[in-house]
Amino acid sequence: MAPRDWEKKDLLGLEGLSASEIESVLDLAASFKTAPPADLLEGRTVAFIFTEASTRTRSSFEMAAKRLGADVLSFSPVGSSLSKGETLLDTFLNLQAVGVTHFVVRHERSGVLEDLAPLLKASVINAGDGWHEHPTQALLDLLTLRERWGSFKGKKLVILGDIRHSRVARSNLFALKKLGAKVVFCGPTPLCPDEFSALGATVEHNVEKALKGADAVNVLRLQIERMDQGFVPSLADYALTHQLTPERVELMKPEALVLHPGPINRGVEIASEVADGPRSVILEQVANGVLTRMAVLALCEEGRSLA
Amino acid sequence: MPEQLIVAGGLVIDPASRLEAVRDVLIEDGKISAVGMGLSRKPAFKGVPAIDAKGKWVLPGLVDMHVHLREPGREGDETIASGTKAAARGGVTTVLAMANTEPVCDSPSQLAFLRAKARTDAAITVLFAGAVTLGQKGEKLTEFAKLRAAGAAALSDDGRPVMNAGLLRRALEYAKDLEMLVIDHCEDLTLSNGACVHEGPSALRKGLKGAPWAAETVQVTRDIALAELTGARLHVAHVSTAASVQAIRAAKKRGIRVSAEAAPHHFALADRDIPGYDTAWKMNPPLRGVDDRQALLSGLADGTLDAIATDHAPHGCSAKSLGMDLAPFGVIGLETCLAVSISDLFHKKILTRRKLVERLSTGPAALLGLKNKGSLAVGADADLVVVDPDASWTPEPPFLSKSRNTPFAGRKLKGRAVTTLSAGRVVHAL
Repeated sequence: MAPRDWEKKDLLGLEGLSASEIESVLDLAASFKTAPPADLLEGRTVAFIFTEASTRTRSSFEMAAKRLGADVLSFSPVGSSLSKGETLLDTFLNLQAVGVTHFVVRHERSGVLEDLAPLLKASVINAGDGWHEHPTQALLDLLTLRERWGSFKGKKLVILGDIRHSRVARSNLFALKKLGAKVVFCGPTPLCPDEFSALGATVEHNVEKALKGADAVNVLRLQIERMDQGFVPSLADYALTHQLTPERVELMKPEALVLHPGPINRGVEIASEVADGPRSVILEQVANGVLTRMAVLALCEEGRSLA
Repeated sequence: MPEQLIVAGGLVIDPASRLEAVRDVLIEDGKISAVGMGLSRKPAFKGVPAIDAKGKWVLPGLVDMHVHLREPGREGDETIASGTKAAARGGVTTVLAMANTEPVCDSPSQLAFLRAKARTDAAITVLFAGAVTLGQKGEKLTEFAKLRAAGAAALSDDGRPVMNAGLLRRALEYAKDLEMLVIDHCEDLTLSNGACVHEGPSALRKGLKGAPWAAETVQVTRDIALAELTGARLHVAHVSTAASVQAIRAAKKRGIRVSAEAAPHHFALADRDIPGYDTAWKMNPPLRGVDDRQALLSGLADGTLDAIATDHAPHGCSAKSLGMDLAPFGVIGLETCLAVSISDLFHKKILTRRKLVERLSTGPAALLGLKNKGSLAVGADADLVVVDPDASWTPEPPFLSKSRNTPFAGRKLKGRAVTTLSAGRVVHAL
């Protein structure tokens, strides 16, 4: 294990992190598996500001905070000052004054935290901003892959689905490139524009070509509303061209893994027998999510005390 | 005795009278009355007040054919008074104010109100565009003849495109009979579809919704076809894409009566320059790719783009703090247009001094049919700007504009208006 490299109070995205910072999060998360930490966040308060629906990310973060001994402050925009038109910054400043030390934020607007975080003493952790980044999801994907692979060098990972609107795809791309993996984005052109190649991804619209010889595939959820917006004519049409079927899984390497950040639309982007099949590590991802978020909370706490 | 003033010893650059030489300019009662050598030393003009322009440029005042002054309706963001003070500081002596005020300028009474307001409040000449459609809703044409009689200087639904091609066709036909200029904001709303930036790698990286270049160019090519069909004059506002420049260049070659303008932010900046999610960099059309920016420069150089216009669009800080996707489109530009143009076009050798003045003053004055503007010929209005082309400065708020939404804040610029005269009166002096 390399020496720990982390001095940040916030985790806003993976694009701005170095490979060694990313490895530091993964190392700490992995260490929690065998040696559960003491109450690293005792006396600290983690507040959740979620303006978009979430079950697994939020519960995973809550579990992580509680395991570290933190108090948890729930906060929903309905019935809060946010719905009365208070600016987001005012909300943060007030909650910080109440005693919040960590904000875990999900917001529908890309980049919303970039200007806010530097104005706060508290740590800010991005739990998904618009289409931009979802760093802890990507980190837990990486942890799951690293446990099987050891190293990312030379590995080929396919991200399959609605890449255009996916913060998970972006965070994974930014991190995996730094760690030496090859990332292939696959989806129909309206959901996977060729211009992603300028960001370092290989874009391949044909699912068979994309999966050939891959070491893993990360399947993204197809949101139902994309149909009404005209990105795909129908879910069935999408499934015909891009569903991860058992036959398509066979195009990958024999030991290749299947990931999915959830929630799954069975029979749309992924066949049930694949989601539940032997290559699927979907539930491992969920378990690793708690460890990853514990590591992020703990590191940001450390970074904050350095500041 | 007439009221006299001499601007002495500057390099007079006046494409309209094919003059680029050191001259004295004599102003009498708000008009240019003589341009000659050594006027200030002649006994006849002894005692006449003089502005020393030695080592400076003396240009016809800038004509900015695309500004939003927000009055009436949003006087907190800008007024005719504040906007024209900002213009004067930037060497601009004539502006064309767009019709997307609240209420929209779509009736003779609105025009009468605005023109009366300008007579009392404006530091410089303000012209007003009338809307093409009632309420700029794109449904029913306004009364062009009445608007013209009330003093409308052009017709435009700017802020919004005229999406209905059939309606624009009739507008062009009607405007042609009345010899009025129609200015179109070219944007296919089904393609831009709520985007906040240019569609490209920069938008993908940041997770922002982008408008493709085709959203503009589809509409530009449609408009060119309609101009050809009707024989009417059509002016394309704020051209931002390489393909639009190409289409306009080809249309001009074929003799179609189309003209076009480019904004300083579009020819000086590209989408990849946008820092993070800074809404002072959000405007419509958005900052495009590097190739688009390059095409605008060549379009300005070869005259495909006739005019430089700011699309000065003031917005208050609270509206602009809503984030990239929700904040309103628009940036201010009156106080920086001349400096950005000198920095990025003259000093970088894209345009000669003469061509620079053509794009900033002569060209737009001609498009608007202003016989006494955009020129320093004897008899023209004494709208004039003395410019130090080598003055280095950095624009920073506060501005004379009531708003501060500009991507040029903090950018080092070279070139500045030292003195601005409107009808012979000093309206700005450093």
